[in-house]
Amino acid sequence: MIHTKKITPWLYISPAAFLLFFFLVYPSINTVYISFFNYNSEIFIGIKNYLYCFTNEIMLSSFRNNALWVILFVPLTVSLGLIIAVLADRVKYESMVKSIIFMPMAISFVGAGVIWKFVYAYRPVSAAQTGILNAVRSFFQLEPLPWLIIRPWLNNFCLVMVGVWIWTGFCMVILSASYKGIPHELLEAARVDGATEFKIFWKIILPLMKPTVAVVATTMTINVLKVFDIVYVMTNGNFNTEVVANRMYKEMFIFRNYGRASAIAVILLMLIIPMIIINIQRFREQEAIR
Amino acid sequence: MIKKLVSVFSHGPLHLVIIFVALIWILPSVGLLITSFRSSADVAASGWWTVFEHPFNFTRYTLENYQEVILKIGIGRAFLNTLLITIPATIIPILIASFAAYAFAWMEFPGRRFLFVILVGLLVVPLQMTMIPVLRIFNKLGIAGTFPGIWFAHTGYGLPLIIYLLYNFISGLPSELFDSSSIDGATPFQIFTRMVIPLSLPALASVTIFQFLWVWNDLLIALVYLGGTPAVAPLTVRISALVGSYGQDWELLTAAAFVSMALPLVLFLGLQRYFVKGILAGSVKG
Repeated sequence: MIHTKKITPWLYISPAAFLLFFFLVYPSINTVYISFFNYNSEIFIGIKNYLYCFTNEIMLSSFRNNALWVILFVPLTVSLGLIIAVLADRVKYESMVKSIIFMPMAISFVGAGVIWKFVYAYRPVSAAQTGILNAVRSFFQLEPLPWLIIRPWLNNFCLVMVGVWIWTGFCMVILSASYKGIPHELLEAARVDGATEFKIFWKIILPLMKPTVAVVATTMTINVLKVFDIVYVMTNGNFNTEVVANRMYKEMFIFRNYGRASAIAVILLMLIIPMIIINIQRFREQEAIR
Repeated sequence: MIKKLVSVFSHGPLHLVIIFVALIWILPSVGLLITSFRSSADVAASGWWTVFEHPFNFTRYTLENYQEVILKIGIGRAFLNTLLITIPATIIPILIASFAAYAFAWMEFPGRRFLFVILVGLLVVPLQMTMIPVLRIFNKLGIAGTFPGIWFAHTGYGLPLIIYLLYNFISGLPSELFDSSSIDGATPFQIFTRMVIPLSLPALASVTIFQFLWVWNDLLIALVYLGGTPAVAPLTVRISALVGSYGQDWELLTAAAFVSMALPLVLFLGLQRYFVKGILAGSVKG
């Protein structure tokens, strides 16, 4: 610690503190407050907005789709990231493979949306297929599919895969660093004792990497609960692909119902709060080690 | 020699799997790039992979799509807007955050721990929780739909992560450094500018790339605080609107998308090391 006048630290943190208060703390509290009011925040209506959220059919299908995103996206990104990290470690062109998998992180979700909408492009049987997925299908004499329209499973699955394409690289980078931290002698010793690679993975690598896997899975869960861009660009929530964040945007800008939009935001926060608690606990543990 | 052959053979499946996965990952982007250079007639008649039948037949490639999206459809203007948004929205928060991170790391003040715990909590607050009140204030101040408005919004939203990452780095600097310079009569500000900032350059590089890519690629904040007016709308907003209006003109959509991806990709490929460092500092240590 350095010696300072009493006021100095406050001078250093006050611009940040002011902006954090103005953009995050105050608005969050205000949003909770206006979620109990009508569309223009003039009439108190109690929990009506929340009742709407839990009874309206589109809202319920948004919750279902968000749940689907969590169930598919988190295990897929984490396990693919882990598998690629471990496999790529064994080849000489590791850095090139990792760059390729990691590259989508640099692209906007909007860009990724265009890329994948083109992959899923659909034309009637009579026309030449220009989307690569349907071209592969017609190569095998199968009928082309309107991937983003077949509800509710196929189209949602197709959207989730775009997210997986973007985020697997992120998981891979973190998991790869953690994997390389495992002492080499440990794995060699197991190999000398005749353990198969498969067994080494399950009995040694995975248990040692468990804390990192947990961190990555939490981060991915927070990300996916807030999923917005991909859905907004690719289907805008049509054909039963609506998600909570897109619904909130629509209530806010299309229906101009600030009460309902705020209630949806609060529910989103409630879903994320367990993750916030985990985050703070992790920070405390880390501080204790320091 | 035989040993090498045996190893290649036994590792065959491994190479196959890795190359297969890498191919799947890169093919969609290759398709986008190729399509953006094909004429609209070609794009409508056949898939982009057919160019591999005669890959060096350059009469089949054209720059017309880029000309059209940049000059006629307003992607050039949107590119400029994105730059005008991104540069200040990267510099301002990093400047403010470095002061705060330095104070959190090396100055003693009441409530320091408590404030930092709040900061960690703010890291994951969904932006949706803040938009309506902030937008109302922006409307009152008359800065909704203006660049200064979105600079401040990105600053406020970017601060928690930037302060957190810089704090992790700055608090890890050796403490002897600070003891000796304090004795030599350096003011806290001199310590900050002469030692902390130069020593933190790697961390500053990481957060700069992070914030730059985050702002460049942002859609939601721009939609809410700027809207779709061509004079201010960034690339992400314009392109997502094009997806609706030019839905089947793939040669135009792909060209527009590539304009938005080129600069981030160059930055990313050039500075990947710092990007990875930033990610590791943010998630493993934290």
